[in-house]
Amino acid sequence: MTVSQAAPQSQAFKPKLMGGKKTGRRFAYAFLILSIVPILIGYTWLVIATLSTRTEGLLPRDAEGGIGGFTLRNWDFISDGAIWSAMFNSFLIAVAMVIGVGIASTSGGYALSRFKFPGRKAFLTGTLVLHAFKAEMLLIAIFFVLRWLGGIPLIGGYIGFNTVGGVALVMIALELPLGIWLMKGFFDALPWDMERAALIDGASRFRVWWQIMLPQVRPGIAALALFTFIAGWNAYLVPFTFTIGTKVTNMPVFLNQLISDTAPVNWNQVAAVGLFQMIPLIIFFLFTQELLLNIYAGGSKGT
Amino acid sequence: MRVELDGLSKAWDGVVGADNITLDIADGDLVAFLGPSGCGKTTTLLMVAGIYKPTAGTISFDGVVVNEVAPKDRHVGMVFQSYALYPHMTVFGNISYPLRIQKVNKEEIRERVQKVADMMGIGHLLDRKIAQLSGGQQQRVSLGRALVKEPEVLLFDEPLSNLDARLRLTMRGEIKRIQEDLGITSIYVTHDQVEAMTMADKIAVMSEGVLQAYDLPEDLYDHPKTLFVAGFVGNPPMNFFDVEIMSSNGGFHAKSEAIDLALPDDRAQKAAVAKGNVVMGVRPEDVYLVDDTAPPSEGSTLSASIEVVEPLGREDLVGVTIGDVQLRVLVDKTKGARVGDNVELAFDLSKVQLFDPESEKSLLWK
Ligand SMILES: Nc1ncnc2c1ncn2[C@@H]1O[C@H](COP(=O)(O)OP(=O)(O)OP(=O)(O)O)[C@@H](O)[C@H]1O
Ligand SMILES: [Mg+2]
Repeated sequence: MTVSQAAPQSQAFKPKLMGGKKTGRRFAYAFLILSIVPILIGYTWLVIATLSTRTEGLLPRDAEGGIGGFTLRNWDFISDGAIWSAMFNSFLIAVAMVIGVGIASTSGGYALSRFKFPGRKAFLTGTLVLHAFKAEMLLIAIFFVLRWLGGIPLIGGYIGFNTVGGVALVMIALELPLGIWLMKGFFDALPWDMERAALIDGASRFRVWWQIMLPQVRPGIAALALFTFIAGWNAYLVPFTFTIGTKVTNMPVFLNQLISDTAPVNWNQVAAVGLFQMIPLIIFFLFTQELLLNIYAGGSKGT
Repeated sequence: MRVELDGLSKAWDGVVGADNITLDIADGDLVAFLGPSGCGKTTTLLMVAGIYKPTAGTISFDGVVVNEVAPKDRHVGMVFQSYALYPHMTVFGNISYPLRIQKVNKEEIRERVQKVADMMGIGHLLDRKIAQLSGGQQQRVSLGRALVKEPEVLLFDEPLSNLDARLRLTMRGEIKRIQEDLGITSIYVTHDQVEAMTMADKIAVMSEGVLQAYDLPEDLYDHPKTLFVAGFVGNPPMNFFDVEIMSSNGGFHAKSEAIDLALPDDRAQKAAVAKGNVVMGVRPEDVYLVDDTAPPSEGSTLSASIEVVEPLGREDLVGVTIGDVQLRVLVDKTKGARVGDNVELAFDLSKVQLFDPESEKSLLWK
């Protein structure tokens, strides 16, 4: 509190001096740093824990209780094939979701924003209501749908029950209301004249969407891709419910399997796997954030 | 290309955008659409472009009905009020877009874009992003994009309304010159009467979706066929009075409580046959302050008192009252009109307009 109160005060006293501005900024930084300290402590523990036998607070302990006990044993799982397959499955689900949700949301959002057709309003309210249903409520119904999908000849083996495709399909469906509404919002904000101009210039509807409209909503696409990837990467409930056996386990499910009810849990190993799961996400986030910033800074400033 | 609109209408459940518009545009002519905001100018333009589907009526190009023809096959170019440029492309990207869609070969695209850009005076800006251009430059890009595909019909939707007065003046001349040089049939939507008067071969005046008049610019001004047109065309607007036409000792007089003016025979006769009560219209520039230099003719003067003086630069726009009647008069600045002065006004009654108060149609011009 003191921090946030002091900042405007110092500005009020010397509004025209550069010093006032600087002090204000210093306080702002101090506030930000203070507020991320708990999170930083958490991550610090995570890193320390993965590298030690046992921890007490932030201090690693060895078997005798002294400081030390550095070990790489918690990371042994890296040489195990299971984690790589889990990671690959997580990746497949996340990428399939980004692609599926991306295509359906950008095209559906555009149509809902621009075209008049019977049932448009009902569809919009319908998706919004569906979004309010928690996935848990639908699990049993989805199970039957997936079983039925599995029975389809040729492709059934890829999108049915107990397949990565099936999990991705369910996750895409659950994510779509958000995606479509998000993209519709972005398209709604665009002026009509630009696409009218393109139509008069000789473009087809599809070309207008692809070459003129999509580039204007890149920030929206990037944001949606980011949300969707994270949702797919961290997906637990749906994969846990609809996949049985290690063949199609993804990272969160794998992590949960380490915390079994019967054997004592090695929390340091759990921490290591958790950290491992985060690494691609951090990389992906850095990449997308850069892109987001670029798009905003490059700006689609114009009419 | 000759453009004909026949009974063209557009409505969105209840809202009327355009109502039964019929007009012919001769090949190579520039027609201005003039009218207050919301009267359906853009709606009509977008129907010609093929963006809006008419609710009723037809659009024909050279005698062929194009109602069902897609915008891309109509060979029209359009300049939007908002310019509607593609912000993620460069100037070159914008101007070349129609040609790239037509898959014209690279070499030719380069050539044609450069030529159009040079004509617009933006040849050196081709690599710029749209956001790095001034409003006037953006306007030229948008004009260039419309021209590059060599359209047979050009549609302008208030293209100059975002520019400053000076630039508007230059661009006005430039657009007119290009349009004439290329001989492209054009529709030019504008709020600005001067723009319409100076650029157009014919002017269509619209109000509330209805075509009020379609005439040569000078006819609209000198021979307005309806009260609306008389009041809308001309700035500052025409003054109107309710008067009764009476014949007395061989001549006609327009009379009300405050007014008594001798009307020229030819005009008064046409009106008097129809009715006693009429609406009389006099333009602010057809009323003078009487001074010693030019003695007014008999029966054309009234005394008035000055209520407001708005300096317009070269002239003063003076609001005066004659009894309970108010009117606006353009007065030379050198006359030094001052609020509160009592003055003698002389009317140039050879230009007086007379309207039927009920039908609001002119009693003079059919
Ligand atoms: N897509 C639409 N849906 C419903 N009503 C519309 C639509 N487009 C225009 N209108 C209505 O039609 C009428 C004419 O609009 P239009 O845009 O043609 O006016 P305008 O003459 O171009 O006006 P301005 O000079 O302000 O641009 C207006 O009352 C407007 O509200
Ligand atoms: Mg308009």
